Amino acid sequence: MSSTSRRDVLRTLLGAPLLSHALASGWLAGCERGAPRTPVEGELLGPDLVAGHRLRDGIRVEALADAPVERLRLAILGGGPAGLSAAYRASHTLNHGVALFELEPVLGGTSRSDESAVTAYPWGAHYLPLPMRHNTDLLALLREMGSLDEDAATGTVTGNERMLVREPESRVFHQGYWERGLYPYAGASAEDLFELQRFQQRVDFYVRFRDSQGRRAFAIPCALATEDAEILALDRLSASAWLTREGFRSERLRWLVDYACRDDYGLRAEQASAWAMFFYWVARTEHPGEDTMELLTWPQGNSALVQHMASRAQRAGVSLRSSQMAVEVVPRHAEGEPPSVELAVLDTRSGELRRVVAERCIVAMPRFVANRVVRGLHDRDPEVAGRFTYGAWMVANLHVSERPASRGVGECWDNVIYDSPSLGYISATHQRGRDRGAGVLTHYWPLATEDAAEGRRQLFEADYAVWRDAVLSDLRRAHRGLPDVLTRLDVFRWGHAMIQPRVGMMESRARRSAALPFGAVHFAHSDLSGLAIFEEAFFHGVRAADEVLAALAPGA
Amino acid sequence: MVDPGAEQATAPSPLRTPLLFATVTIVATSGLVYELLAGAYSSYVLGDSVRQFSTTIGVYLFAMGIGSFLSRYVKTNVGQRFVEVELSAALVGGASVPMLQLGAAYTDAFAVLLYGLILAIGTLVGLEIPLLMRILKEELEFEELVARVLTFDYIGALFGSILFAIVFVPNLGLMRTSLLFGLLNCAVAVMATTLLAGLIPARVRARLRLVALFLALGLGTTFVYADAVVDYTEQALYPNPIVEAQQSRYQRIVITRGLRGTQLFLDGNLQFSSNDEYRYHESLVHPAFAAAERHERVLVLGGGDGLAVREVLKYSGVREVVLVDLDPAMTRLAQEDPFLRELNGNSLADPRVRVVNDDAMVWLDERSRDSASGHPEPFDVVLVDFPDPNNFSLGKLYTRSFYHILQTSIADHSAVVVQSTSPLYARQSFWCIEATMRESGFVTHAFHATVPSFGEWGYVLARRVPFEPPREPLLDDLRYLDGPTLRSLFVFGPDMSRVAVETNRLNNQMLVRYYEREWARVE
Repeated sequence: MSSTSRRDVLRTLLGAPLLSHALASGWLAGCERGAPRTPVEGELLGPDLVAGHRLRDGIRVEALADAPVERLRLAILGGGPAGLSAAYRASHTLNHGVALFELEPVLGGTSRSDESAVTAYPWGAHYLPLPMRHNTDLLALLREMGSLDEDAATGTVTGNERMLVREPESRVFHQGYWERGLYPYAGASAEDLFELQRFQQRVDFYVRFRDSQGRRAFAIPCALATEDAEILALDRLSASAWLTREGFRSERLRWLVDYACRDDYGLRAEQASAWAMFFYWVARTEHPGEDTMELLTWPQGNSALVQHMASRAQRAGVSLRSSQMAVEVVPRHAEGEPPSVELAVLDTRSGELRRVVAERCIVAMPRFVANRVVRGLHDRDPEVAGRFTYGAWMVANLHVSERPASRGVGECWDNVIYDSPSLGYISATHQRGRDRGAGVLTHYWPLATEDAAEGRRQLFEADYAVWRDAVLSDLRRAHRGLPDVLTRLDVFRWGHAMIQPRVGMMESRARRSAALPFGAVHFAHSDLSGLAIFEEAFFHGVRAADEVLAALAPGA
Repeated sequence: MVDPGAEQATAPSPLRTPLLFATVTIVATSGLVYELLAGAYSSYVLGDSVRQFSTTIGVYLFAMGIGSFLSRYVKTNVGQRFVEVELSAALVGGASVPMLQLGAAYTDAFAVLLYGLILAIGTLVGLEIPLLMRILKEELEFEELVARVLTFDYIGALFGSILFAIVFVPNLGLMRTSLLFGLLNCAVAVMATTLLAGLIPARVRARLRLVALFLALGLGTTFVYADAVVDYTEQALYPNPIVEAQQSRYQRIVITRGLRGTQLFLDGNLQFSSNDEYRYHESLVHPAFAAAERHERVLVLGGGDGLAVREVLKYSGVREVVLVDLDPAMTRLAQEDPFLRELNGNSLADPRVRVVNDDAMVWLDERSRDSASGHPEPFDVVLVDFPDPNNFSLGKLYTRSFYHILQTSIADHSAVVVQSTSPLYARQSFWCIEATMRESGFVTHAFHATVPSFGEWGYVLARRVPFEPPREPLLDDLRYLDGPTLRSLFVFGPDMSRVAVETNRLNNQMLVRYYEREWARVE
């Protein structure tokens, strides 16, 4: 890439003010000469796009008519949180004839992780709010993992102390200093604080809300929430439009909301619905006036959850197969016979094509892939393609020999930079109690563009050097000495990281119909909730597995 | 051309002679004050005030002798030389304490600096009186001259010694006192340029006044901003002079020395004072040994100064001591600093002692993971001697999780003691630590000792199984603990008895909150 175009790409990523800061600070000096100033070791990672794009090559199941057939009771396509949740749930009942096919060489989807000599660290999702009492299935999983601390005498349930995020949880870099918490209080005006309080009152109002059936305004999983028209009306305007309508003008409050939308959804406040904005706070707050539920986390992030489910399912007899791409899925229903599903599966290592016939199939892939793979699905739900949009994310892992020096509060678990296009970083060693010395910092950067495809274009247009410079320019605002302690910087580009709860998504007919079974094909993915969080993926995995188990039960 | 100064000198003002004797007084006062400053400062830094004062006085008087001797080599321009000597004394004497302070904090050659300064100041002061006498000899008879000069000299000395102790040090402190007398020396120099106008050419006079002005500005500015200078040298933070200061990767380590012993500070918090640390360390170590049923394998967490290990090694049955302290700079200092090594009996060099530099929680956690497979032997006695929980990194070492991990490294026969801040000043903090240990499954007995440097100090003694508090120490030659004293430590008066508290967990760090609140009230 020429240095001029690299600069243009960087300007798009950083925004003009930050780019000029980066240039002024001299970090990008090397960029102008076409060479990086400091050689930092690292590489560009990402899902296997070559294999992914072969989906479009149009292989037909019929071409495999003569190939040997593998017969299964249940085929699960996709080894991310939803697929593994389905496998985990199904393995409690079905202990043979279940196989899971994952396109990538590793399982876990966006909950994947890696490990260095110092610590394990995440490449994607990295925490889970403690589920409320009503989420019994998820609590059972956590109990099995030893992540809960329950008092039989008083009936209280909380997270295991080692997995609840250790204090100090978060800090924010604002006006040259790191401050404790997420909201920058230093220098806030009375008006700022009044608006923050007023916003909290609105959150509390929805926390208190119960509909005629006793359902909450916002709940996790969101399927348990109310369908009250007043609440659903919030899906018809953006978070930012809601703030304006209600007279919220405080820059800090609007930043906090925008940060929350980017953090959970990869969207700006102008793009996320007001419904999604309230979901972020209300669904995680049990009682009015309380803090949001505590967060569970692990050094390797949510990979701990998917790894547990994978090993549990495997021990129960589920065959977990990686580098296996479902090329075509065809629901069959011959007259007088039980329905079945016929699949063409490509082994991406050997190039071998196999034919699989399953009694039932759970498609635990994002809908934009399912639409290409499942024959006839696009025509069943034609609105889905336009409605389901996925955001692009960049995740960088920075290996450091020492923690970079900070002005103000010292390193926390979550380290947020005010007014940055990134979300800041997580310290992987925090939960182990290692506060000093070598560590790994995981830096998150959603491409929150108006058009999701534009964000994806920016993500892939930037090469390793551009992303490295963008990450360092962003972090050097808060840590001038970062380059001195940096030993390695790897970049992971997620093209379709998250479903986006844009205005209208929750209420859309497309979202509601997308989860309905298609013949013997069932669907499980967080995108069916419009919210890319583990709880929703788990909910849909369990639901789809339960649908299959009911259908396969004797006498069904 | 007529020199206006020379003209003035031919018509001396009636004030000239009294002013010259006032000069003698001021010169004598400031000379003595510099001597006292050097003596006081050096006795703080080097200890042993009797020796410091006598060597300071001896060297100073000797240097004055050198000055007097050198005065014979001043043949011409006596007036100018006198002013130059005054200005030099203003510089060296006035800046002596700031220089000593920087020297104590940042160099290893404090004694060289100290005696160099004493020699220089003594020599300059020794030059002053002979030169003044030679100036005055033109105006007075010899008997009259000697009598009056020496009278004012001794009056000045009396002023100096009385004002030093009663007025200057209590009100200004050592540094500002030294700067103030530097300013007085400057004033004398300026006054002398006027009084001795006849002896100094006008151009030289102007130059000397300019030098005096700049010097006064420098000293005056330092006087005004003395607090900032003191802050820069950290001295303001410590009651006694700093003799060792270093910034390790983890903390600021400062050793100070005063009339009442040596103190170690980590990040500004007192860790021990040599005059009463035996009370603290005997209470930390011996009740735990009396409560444990075996004493072969001992774990010390924190305590990088080696003082707890010194007490541990008094037991002949101890076969292995593992000391885990985060900071290699601290354990290195405990083995290399002559004073610390003497105080800890060079305990860390004992072949039974193994020093590990790691975060105690991470180290224990990894060890307990290893023990799941390999099962290393449990420790019989564990002494937990971390700094007080004044930040989150330290707070985690007092959590229920930490005590859970600790329990996997001991056996039912083992005893653990945890230093637990003051039950008097930080009552909730103290009982929070105790309650957290109980919640984690320990059986506990809280106790406290009086350590004058710290005040009333608390500990928690614990085992995995029910036990009685110890009644007798196992050793009978301790300085603080005997049977009756040991038994009394387990009694808490109503002002520090148990209070209801929340327990300390990684995800709430209640203890850090209690601690910040309570000590903010005390300080």
